[in-house]
Amino acid sequence: MKRKHLLGLHGVSREEIEKILNQAAFMKKVIVSDHKRIPTLQGKSVVTLFYENSTRTRMSFELASKYMGAASANMSASASSVAKGETLVDTGATLDMMGVDVIIMRHPMSGAPHLLSQHVNASVVNAGDGMNEHPTQALLDMYTIREKRGGLDGMKIAIIGDVLHSRVARSNAYGMKTMGADLYFAGPSTLMPPGFDHLGVHVGNDVRAAVENADVVMGLRIQRERQKAGLFPSVREYAHFFGIDMNVLKLAKKDALVMHPGPVNRGVELSSFTADCEQSVIREQVQNGVAIRMAVLDMLTRKEQTR
Amino acid sequence: MKTIIRGGEVVNPGGLQGKLDLLIEHGRIVQMEEHLDTTADEVVDATGRYIFPGLVDIHCHLREPGYEYKETIASGARAAVAGGFTSICCMPNTDPVIDDEAGVQYIVQRARDAAYAKVYPIAAITKGLQGKELTEMGFLLQAGAVAFSDDGRPVESARVMRNAMLYAKNFDALLCSHCEELSLVNGGVMNEGEASTRVGLRGNTRAAEEVMLSREILLAESMDGRIHICHVSTRQGFEMVRQAKKRGVRVTCETCPHYFSLTDEACTTFDTNTKINPPLRTEDDRQAAIEALADGTCDAIATDHAPHHIDDKQVEFDLAANGASGLETALSLGYMHLVQTKRLSLGQLVDHMSAIPARIMGLDAGILQPGGHADITVFDPSQTWTVEADKLYTKGKNTPWLGQTLQGKVTDVWVDGRPVLRHAAIVE
Repeated sequence: MKRKHLLGLHGVSREEIEKILNQAAFMKKVIVSDHKRIPTLQGKSVVTLFYENSTRTRMSFELASKYMGAASANMSASASSVAKGETLVDTGATLDMMGVDVIIMRHPMSGAPHLLSQHVNASVVNAGDGMNEHPTQALLDMYTIREKRGGLDGMKIAIIGDVLHSRVARSNAYGMKTMGADLYFAGPSTLMPPGFDHLGVHVGNDVRAAVENADVVMGLRIQRERQKAGLFPSVREYAHFFGIDMNVLKLAKKDALVMHPGPVNRGVELSSFTADCEQSVIREQVQNGVAIRMAVLDMLTRKEQTR
Repeated sequence: MKTIIRGGEVVNPGGLQGKLDLLIEHGRIVQMEEHLDTTADEVVDATGRYIFPGLVDIHCHLREPGYEYKETIASGARAAVAGGFTSICCMPNTDPVIDDEAGVQYIVQRARDAAYAKVYPIAAITKGLQGKELTEMGFLLQAGAVAFSDDGRPVESARVMRNAMLYAKNFDALLCSHCEELSLVNGGVMNEGEASTRVGLRGNTRAAEEVMLSREILLAESMDGRIHICHVSTRQGFEMVRQAKKRGVRVTCETCPHYFSLTDEACTTFDTNTKINPPLRTEDDRQAAIEALADGTCDAIATDHAPHHIDDKQVEFDLAANGASGLETALSLGYMHLVQTKRLSLGQLVDHMSAIPARIMGLDAGILQPGGHADITVFDPSQTWTVEADKLYTKGKNTPWLGQTLQGKVTDVWVDGRPVLRHAAIVE
C-alpha cells in the first residue's frame, strides 16, 4: 500500500480497499487461532490517542496491535476550546519524539487527524473524527458484507438513522459506492444533512422505502443528546417512525443482513428482535473489526513496499 | 517638494479618464493634465500602469488595543498601503472594545504616529459589544468615529437595534450590521451544504445570515433609518438588498474579495485559513456577489481583513479563529475575478473600492482631482506576484491564497502626497 496515513475512505480506490479486505481475511485466521501472535509489528510502536471515550474501538485497535507484537500505549486527552491544554500539533510532536510509528486517533472534531498528519512523521490512522469519517468501521462493514455475500457490487444497502452526525455513514458512503453498492440513506429530516444525493446516495425520510428489497439493513446509533437539542421530539416517536423492527425488516430481502456499528440502543434504532435475529451480523462485525485493524496497521507499516 | 507622476492611465469614478500626468505638492493634487509641462523634484514614470484614487476599505480589523500579537495599527496601516488602500476603517472588537472617546482617540493617535494609511475608527453600537446599552454616539462621532458596529457579533435584541438606529438618526450616523442569527449558527463552522456534508464539518445555514439581514432592512425601513450591511455572502442576501433599494430603503452593503473568488469547496481540505464568518458559500452565491457588484446592488468591496496569529489557526478547524487576512490581496483578486473575467469594468472595480465606500463613510477620499488629497495608488496590471507569508506586511499570515500567484500588483502609493509605497516596497 502506497499510503502513509488512513484518514478516510474518500478518494481511496477500489483496488486499495480490496487489498485491505483480502489482508483482513488472513488476519481473521490469526484471531480465531490458538496462538494469537504474528510478528508483523515486532519492533513497532503504536499509540492510541483518544480525545473521545470509546472503549470498543480503542480495545479493538489495541488488541490488533498486540496480536501483531507491537509495543502499544494509550493516551487520553480532552479537546476543547475552553480548557487550553497542549495543542494537537504539540502532542503529535511529543509522540513523534517518543518514537511512535503509528498514531491511532479518535477526535470529536472533523479534520483533526488531517491536521495531525501534516505535522508528524508517524502514520496516522483515523479512528473517527467528528462527523467526518471512521474508515476502519466502514472497512469492517464492507468486509462483513463481502464475507457473507461475496461482494458489494449491486447490493442494495440501507443505512438508517442519524446520518447527519454519523462518520460511519460518511465512510460507508464513500467506501461502498467505490465498491459498487447501491446506497439508500433514510432518517428524520432534522438528522439528514443536505447534499448526499449529489454524492450518488439515494436519500429520503421514509425508512420503509429505503429498506424495501435491501440486501443489507444498517442501523445507526442515536445519541440521546439529539433529542435535547430539539432534533426529534421523543425516543418513543423516533423508534416508532424511524426504528427498525421486524415489521420493517420484513420488507428487506429474506436473507438481508442486519448491521449496526454498536453499541446498540435496544428498542430505539433497532428492536431487540432485529438486533438478535438470525440475520444479524452485529457480533461478527466486532470480530471483523479487529481483523481489519490488523490489516490496516500491517499495510501502513510495511515500509519496503512504499518505495 | 513637487512630484509628478507621468504617463499612467488615470481611472476615476466613472471610468477610464485617459493618460494624465499628476502634479503633487503640499499633500494635494495640484494639476492633472495631459503632458504636464512642469519641472518637479521627483518624476515618477507610470507608463503602462494605472493610477487609481487611493483605495478605501470600510471594514478591517487592526486588533490593537489588546491583540497586538495578531496585528497592530501600524502593521495594519502598512499592509493597507501595500495593498493600495490609503483610507481604512477599523472595527471596534478589540480589548478593550472601542466604545468610549478615549478608545477612539487612541486609534486616531496611533494611526497618526504610524503615518501610513489613514485610519478611521468605527466605534461600537453597544457598550462592550454586549448588545444592551447604547454607546455615546454623539461624543464618539466628535472624537473621530466614522460609524458604529458591533461587528463580530450581531446586536441580538431587535429592540436594542431599533433604538440604536433611531438614536443614530440624531446625528445621521451610520450603523454597520454584522448579520448573524446566533441561534441558527448553532456551532456551524462552514457553509451548510453538499461540501459540509462531505467532510462532516458542522454546517452554518445561509438562513442565519439572511434572517438577520431581513430584520435589519425591515427595521431601517420602518423608521427611514440608515443601515449598512457588512460582508453579504448569499444570493438571497443580495436579492433582499436589491429589493429594499428599489423600495427606497436607505440601505447599503458590502461584500468581500473572498466571497467573489472562493467557495466552500476551499474548506474541504480543512485549511483553517478558509474558516471565515460569514462562511465561504457556494458557486451560485459567488456568482450572485459578482452580479450584485455589476448591477450596483452591492455598493462596496471591503476586505474584512481579519489577521490572526498562527497559534489561532494551526489548530482543529472547529477551534480555529474566524477570518482571513485581506488587505494585501484584495485589489489583485478584484482585478482577476471581476475585471479579467470581464464581469466588471476596471472603472466599476475602482468605484467599489474607493469612491463608493468613501461616500458611505462620509470620507473626503476616493477621487483624483486638482485640489483634492493626494491619496494615489499606482497599479501594474501586468505584474504577477506570489503570496508568501514572510513577504506580507500584515502580521496576519492567514490568507487562503498562500503560495498562489496573483495577477496585478500595487507598485506605488501616496498618502496626502507622501510616498508610502515605492516599487512595491514600504517606504520606511
